[in-house]
Amino acid sequence: MSDSKYFTTTKKGEIFELKAELNSDKKEKKKEAVKKVIASMTVGKDVSALFPDVVNCMQTDNLELKKLVYLYLMNYAKSQPDMAIMAVNTFVKDCEDPNPLIRALAVRTMGCIRVDKITEYLCEPLRKCLKDEDPYVRKTAAVCVAKLHDINAQLVEDQGFLDTLKDLISDSNPMVVANAVAALSEIAESHPSSNLLDLNPQSINKLLTALNECTEWGQIFILDCLANYMPKDDREAQSICERVTPRLSHANSAVVLSAVKVLMKFMEMLSKDLDYYGTLLKKLAPPLVTLLSAEPELQYVALRNINLIVQKRPEILKHEMKVFFVKYNDPIYVKLEKLDIMIRLASQANIAQVLAELKEYATEVDVDFVRKAVRAIGRCAIKVEQSAERCVSTLLDLIQTKVNYVVQEAIVVIKDIFRKYPNKYESVIATLCENLDSLDEPEARAAMIWIVGEYAERIDNADELLESFLEGFHDESTQVQLQLLTAIVKLFLKKPTETQELVQQVLSLATQDSDNPDLRDRGYIYWRLLSTDPVAAKEVVLAEKPLISEETDLIEPTLLDELICYIGTLASVYHKPPTAFVEGSRGIVHKSLPPRTGSSESAESPDVAPAGAPQAEQPAVIPTQGDLLGDLLNLDLGPPVSGPPVATSSVQMGAVDLLGGGLDSLMGDEAEGMGGPSFAAPSAVMPSNLGAPLGGGLGDLFDLAGGVGTLSGSYVAPKTVWLPAVKAKGLEISGTFSRQVGSISMDLVLSNKALQVMSDFAIQFNRNSFGLAPAAPLQVHAPLAPNQSVEISLPLNTVGSVMKMDPLNNLQVAVKNNIDVFYFSTLYPLHILFVEDGKMERQMFLATWKDIPNENEAQFQIKDCPLGADAVSSKLQGSNIFTIAKRNVEGQDMLYQSLKLTNGIWVLAELRIQPGSNNFTLSLKCRAPEVAQHVFQAYETILKN
Amino acid sequence: MCLQQKMIHSLFLINCSGDIFLEKHWKSVVSQSVCDYFFEAQERAADVENVPPVISTPHHYLISIYRDKIFFVSVIQTEVPPLFVIEFLHRVADTFQDYFGECSETAIKDNVVIVYELLEEMLDNGFPLATESNILKELIKPPTILRSVVNSITGSSNVGDTLPTGQLSNIPWRRAGVKYTNNEAYFDVIEEIDAIIDKSGSTVFAEIQGVIDACIKLSGMPDLSLSFMNPRLLDDVSFHPCIRFKRWESERVLSFIPPDGNFRLISYRVSSQNLVAIPVYVKHAIGFKDNSSSGRFDVTIGPKQNMGKTVEGVLMTVHMPKAVLNVNLTATQGNHTFDPVTKVLTWDVGKIAPQKLPSLKGVVNLQSGAPKPEENPNLNVQFKIQQLAISGLKVNRLDMYGEKYKPFKGVKYITKAGKFQVRT
Repeated sequence: MSDSKYFTTTKKGEIFELKAELNSDKKEKKKEAVKKVIASMTVGKDVSALFPDVVNCMQTDNLELKKLVYLYLMNYAKSQPDMAIMAVNTFVKDCEDPNPLIRALAVRTMGCIRVDKITEYLCEPLRKCLKDEDPYVRKTAAVCVAKLHDINAQLVEDQGFLDTLKDLISDSNPMVVANAVAALSEIAESHPSSNLLDLNPQSINKLLTALNECTEWGQIFILDCLANYMPKDDREAQSICERVTPRLSHANSAVVLSAVKVLMKFMEMLSKDLDYYGTLLKKLAPPLVTLLSAEPELQYVALRNINLIVQKRPEILKHEMKVFFVKYNDPIYVKLEKLDIMIRLASQANIAQVLAELKEYATEVDVDFVRKAVRAIGRCAIKVEQSAERCVSTLLDLIQTKVNYVVQEAIVVIKDIFRKYPNKYESVIATLCENLDSLDEPEARAAMIWIVGEYAERIDNADELLESFLEGFHDESTQVQLQLLTAIVKLFLKKPTETQELVQQVLSLATQDSDNPDLRDRGYIYWRLLSTDPVAAKEVVLAEKPLISEETDLIEPTLLDELICYIGTLASVYHKPPTAFVEGSRGIVHKSLPPRTGSSESAESPDVAPAGAPQAEQPAVIPTQGDLLGDLLNLDLGPPVSGPPVATSSVQMGAVDLLGGGLDSLMGDEAEGMGGPSFAAPSAVMPSNLGAPLGGGLGDLFDLAGGVGTLSGSYVAPKTVWLPAVKAKGLEISGTFSRQVGSISMDLVLSNKALQVMSDFAIQFNRNSFGLAPAAPLQVHAPLAPNQSVEISLPLNTVGSVMKMDPLNNLQVAVKNNIDVFYFSTLYPLHILFVEDGKMERQMFLATWKDIPNENEAQFQIKDCPLGADAVSSKLQGSNIFTIAKRNVEGQDMLYQSLKLTNGIWVLAELRIQPGSNNFTLSLKCRAPEVAQHVFQAYETILKN
Repeated sequence: MCLQQKMIHSLFLINCSGDIFLEKHWKSVVSQSVCDYFFEAQERAADVENVPPVISTPHHYLISIYRDKIFFVSVIQTEVPPLFVIEFLHRVADTFQDYFGECSETAIKDNVVIVYELLEEMLDNGFPLATESNILKELIKPPTILRSVVNSITGSSNVGDTLPTGQLSNIPWRRAGVKYTNNEAYFDVIEEIDAIIDKSGSTVFAEIQGVIDACIKLSGMPDLSLSFMNPRLLDDVSFHPCIRFKRWESERVLSFIPPDGNFRLISYRVSSQNLVAIPVYVKHAIGFKDNSSSGRFDVTIGPKQNMGKTVEGVLMTVHMPKAVLNVNLTATQGNHTFDPVTKVLTWDVGKIAPQKLPSLKGVVNLQSGAPKPEENPNLNVQFKIQQLAISGLKVNRLDMYGEKYKPFKGVKYITKAGKFQVRT
């Protein structure tokens, strides 16, 4: 009697058959039919057509049948909102049932029905259930509040459910407390600013009590919530730590890791002199090691976290090196992580063991692993100086194996060892040179070429070796080409007499025959250096290089501190803060470790973020003169009037000058030659267009182009005055924004309407919604004389700090000149943020459209636009709004479009064009609905201009 | 507002040939196409065991586990603790195992409705609801042949209609009203030795992973205390939630009200610092000559400090290098087989008699023209020793309070090889 029989119905008329069975009078037959429906659902078949028939079975005393119907309802209610209303009465009735199991089941299912129309009917039953006498019902109702909040946040707030939920934190039953905490945490996540989880010593005490009594999952919620608390002093931190440590012995690894997070965070507040601090360090090691004996998937996550922990507090695991030794049948993802941690823990004390292991790994079968092991040997040499010699000889042994990829990796790391310990191991160069022919990977070739160039004076046939590489110059990758260029120039500077021909050859290859700008630029710089002043060239090219640092892959301390706050989460697996990868996560508050309170410690940990509490939102109003200067203008503003020229901008100007002039004179001078050998003239054309300023004229151009697809850039609005002269001591700024092949720029006109010369311009943006920031300093080449204006195109990027602004597209700008600092704010059109790869794949579009809840849909009317569908679509495409599909439904043209913002937010659109009338209907769907209004404005602007 | 989902959004079960044979969505339906990213990763990984457990896709994260030839792939939409998800997925697999006797595609398909009911009961809006087997079994009865016959005759159902008693008490793991005619409490102390032995026979790394599994069939609400002769061995322990932690901290006694039935009471680790005794040794001479199409294979295994107990169930597996074509070996004891496809040599030795040490000798043939393999194969050894906990852990006594009857008590010890590898 197995359930597989439910799959065996014939395809044809299946739905029809089921319908008949569902409406059967016999209970048993009904139940069997519902089971068949569920079975189809489990394999992804669409059985939504049976909705009314299944819902009819809902009113029953049979609990199993009821549950099955509920299962079905949850899956399909969304697609049949009108039908779902039929179920409301039963829910309301079930919420009053004497059996708590049924009450809980009803309240649980209710919350899963994501239909707006229904939610308001559910408020009363939910309110009752939150106060139910049975804790099982209360705990289920607590979760239901979170579900409801997800559907309709406003409703939840209006109905006062949040307060009820807060009260449940003091409930007598630990499971109810845990669920209330979980629900509140989830709600708080979508409202980072709200003070929902108002933690104070009393509520913390309640949570700690509940922690001991609730289920393992509840413990995780409570621990994660505790981690967000900021104890008022070290004593409170210690007492919380004491009560959390027993969790380290829990069988559930997620509980253990959440406890580790709390401890790692609060430890920050404890003085290192404290006995307890040492005890705590000792207690942390065993549970972390134990995680490594769990299933490989758990091991992987644990290892990623241990990687963070050993960087923050290496002392915890310093004696546990051996548990990270690799077993040959570990999955590859575990092997690679273990290797990483082995290197982090490597020290003089254990280096012999580590090296023996690494050598063992280098003979394994898995290529990726072997490569990493070889690299690890090099990293050990760099990290532990005493071991360098042994590492080098191990690497030489490995080179002798002649296994191709082993040799190549070894050469790459030996290059690094040379850079760390110059003039120590050069005796091995001969051995390396023997393997020249077997190198086929760019990185290894580049490393070898670097070595030959760097030690050219010691290698007799360096010129021959380099020449052999030169033959296939154009087939090499850029990395190798650049290295070869530099190496030959080095060689020339060391042995000028025999290598003239070679250096000329490489310079002309690099400057004339290559279309790679990096290579060409480097070629020209060398050329000019050599031709103007060979002595200077020698000083530049053969300058003493800084030693490479011990560990290049350490996570930067502030990021590490932030990641420690995210132990156990996805962020800890990816080693990136959640803001960097969670979709639509603008709201996430940056977390930071608490400051240490022990006074003796303050000097010792300068890297700890100073502010404990989540940073307060910056005021979004434009500050009046003199207010918040530091925040807005990060420049050194001494006395605001006619201060010294700002260092950065003047340097930049100099650099530009040098480059411009340099290139010109290079063209002119080259025939003369200077002192040294004479060079043939490069006939290549200079990279000519150095980015002509993009004026407002483009806008007009597009106007003329009309419906023709303009691929070169998006619509640019005419310039408007942003800062009138009267407000800025005679400086008038007008401007607009444009987007041209992927780069955003702010096109400005600065006019001097005062009587004195203006200079030393600089610009800065306040934090804004999309992280817009100048990509380069404001470059005004010459002082601006009275009654003169200058047009500048300021390139922008979107990697600045992010803060949500109101309105969303508000940008606050500060401009400084020799007279004063001025502030203004402007609204940028959203379409400058539409990226070029915003075309979503059709399938993806359909899935995403379905996936985004209906409440996120916004509708707008675009009036008086006389264009046809094709014209619209090509016009929009010019601004990176891509048409994915076009359909004609009952005479109306439907365009399905997608666009992507610079921060990765997708916006999907459906544009309905009614022939005859000039009005369009635009429906937008996006996971971040607040952008919809601005996207609509962008549509309107683009279409009407 | 953004779609927030605390935890698992959807779950897909996928078999080794890449068929999605079950899907469950806790919120809106996520298209099966999301699994394509998983399949891509699977293809890259070549070996099923090497598929990374966390995969990011443009809109979701896929967190998966691989158990009993099934991938449990969960779809996540926002920041979640991956361990939480992985632990939960393992719990799902455990539950299937518990309910159907095996966690296999056939078993799941045969019981698809129960599977669905279970999944719904285990997770609500991303919050785990009931994951304790005791509670689940009260809510949804496991299938038995007898029950389905009875059900189909009487029309009664598999679903319990009262609130599980353990669900909200302070001891959620035990149901009330348990009754047995024979009251018994059995404990298995099982220790596994993980070790890496290097070429010369010295121990690179060794530790003991121990567990105490209990089978408790006691009526009423028994309160048990288990004490050890040498509790100091246990310094790194993970406890079942039923154990009173304070009591352990102060008296080193395991005091608990047990769940009903089979469960893992504690797991512990005795690390390399505390000298782990290695019960077997392996002598080996394996080598390939230059410019020759064959190699030598000579392995002998013998008992070491085993406290007078017999080493049995010895099984050696060797992953031969790819270039190996076939082997021509003779064993003094037991059978050996070589799989030319996977290149795995298996030698089933059985019991080791100290008087006559088992050995396996002979020639390994390489593919003609293949270069001499760079690496020598690792030897993976399995064995069992009955009536011995290699760490020396010994149970002192078991006392029961709270109930009047006299239970049968028993403790069994066994030592096994865990990941026991010998490098050659």
